[in-house]
Amino acid sequence: MSSVPLPLQPVQAIGRSVLGIVRTTGAAALFAARAFLAVVSPRWFFGQFARQLASIGYYSLPVVGLTAAFTGAALALNIYTGGGRFNAEQIMPQIVALGITRELGPVLAALMLAGRVSAAIAAEIGAMRATEQIDALQTLSTDPFRYLIAPRLAAAVIVLPLLTVVADIIGIAGGWVVATRTLDFNATVYIRNTWDFLQSWDVVSGLIKAAVFGAIIALMGCYHGFTASGGARGVGRAATNAVVSAAILIFAADYLLTTAFTHR
Amino acid sequence: MSDAPPKLEWRGVSKRFDGKPVLRGLDLSVAPGGSLVVIGGSGQGKSVAIKIAAGLMAPDAGRVLIDGQDVAAMPAGERRRLPARFGMLFQGAALFDSLTVWENVAFRLVNADGVARKAAKARALEALDRVRIERTAAGLYPNELSGGMQKRVGLARAMVANPEIIFFDEPTTGLDPITGRAINALIREQVKSLGCTAVSITHDLESARKIGDEIAMLKDGVIVWRGPAAELDRSGNADVEAFVRGDPSPTPV
Repeated sequence: MSSVPLPLQPVQAIGRSVLGIVRTTGAAALFAARAFLAVVSPRWFFGQFARQLASIGYYSLPVVGLTAAFTGAALALNIYTGGGRFNAEQIMPQIVALGITRELGPVLAALMLAGRVSAAIAAEIGAMRATEQIDALQTLSTDPFRYLIAPRLAAAVIVLPLLTVVADIIGIAGGWVVATRTLDFNATVYIRNTWDFLQSWDVVSGLIKAAVFGAIIALMGCYHGFTASGGARGVGRAATNAVVSAAILIFAADYLLTTAFTHR
Repeated sequence: MSDAPPKLEWRGVSKRFDGKPVLRGLDLSVAPGGSLVVIGGSGQGKSVAIKIAAGLMAPDAGRVLIDGQDVAAMPAGERRRLPARFGMLFQGAALFDSLTVWENVAFRLVNADGVARKAAKARALEALDRVRIERTAAGLYPNELSGGMQKRVGLARAMVANPEIIFFDEPTTGLDPITGRAINALIREQVKSLGCTAVSITHDLESARKIGDEIAMLKDGVIVWRGPAAELDRSGNADVEAFVRGDPSPTPV
């Protein structure tokens, strides 16, 4: 039973929550530092890395491509409608390109991966924790950070920018299809306007964001899986927490990076 | 009596979880080449004791010594190499789902010892022969094996690199009596042939008698009795007698 007087119990509850958040943040930060150290220092497990490249990257192509296509098409229609209120429909190709490369390409690809990959990583590593496979790795002289975490982190950081390039191309193509099929834009002029307007930094800034998002996705999946406890229920909770925390951190990082890039 | 230090020793080891003491100054040792079985009911700290010894968990207080050397005082490099001296058979075998049977057995050889894949496979197949696993099963995945076969593969994996100390965590749990007896016999045979030191934890008395030279009973985080396996039935200790009979403990936990 609590010995804290009744009027102070809400304060105690807030204090406990704050301490919990601080503890989790500290633990996650230490986990991330150890994970990055494992990425940059030998020994590397190239087979595991290749497997993760396929699992995180190749198998995510359909979901990222479809999302980008529909979003590009919807974005084109919305910008056309909004631009029409200022008689500025013709700037639609440029705004679609800017919106996709700087913001929607990396963010949507990251959110799709957060749902598909972060949960899968958390569930897989969580199940390994529950069945003592992670303990087994240690008794077999293998550092779980090098064997499990580093390959996933490195693969996600490399793969998400590549997926974002795909999302950028397909997203812009989605806008192009809508503009030329339903809004009477000239196909060649649309592409030329897009190409002439886009600056390399628009694309590069999106790719930098994507690399950061990739790290967030892998780290959240790995951290929640690695620290999972409580059997099957714990594994389910780890998968949910991985997706939620990855999505929140992606949005927070997006804002911070956009701010930094805007004042650059 | 030999002057050699114990192969493995827990000295005053304590561990708490969420403020609840699980080990309360555990003192226990096993001689080189000996086979010690720790028995006790669920929640008495057996798994924690073995995980601390295997380096999977840090004690809150106390020391673990190997060949008389305090593990915590070892240079970092030597401490990192410690797992290479251990083998462990986990309660659920803990085989890697994504790897085949032979890849599981050869895991340490390939990933830690730098043995070429072909040579590692040959050694893994020999280890599988020793635990009576057909070579045709070497390419199967763990989920295609029965519980008894998984334990055998886990045993082969624990022994393939000729460890100095092998830990067995509840080796017969979840197995039918016939398979359990076969696993006990295999453990006894393989430990003797390797000449390594074995530490097992179990609440299966048949297994304890078969595997152990010595048996120690852990209760409430401390050893309450220790003696030769043959003397388990005439220990003269009320807790051991109650455990052997399957009665509730005469002393409160």
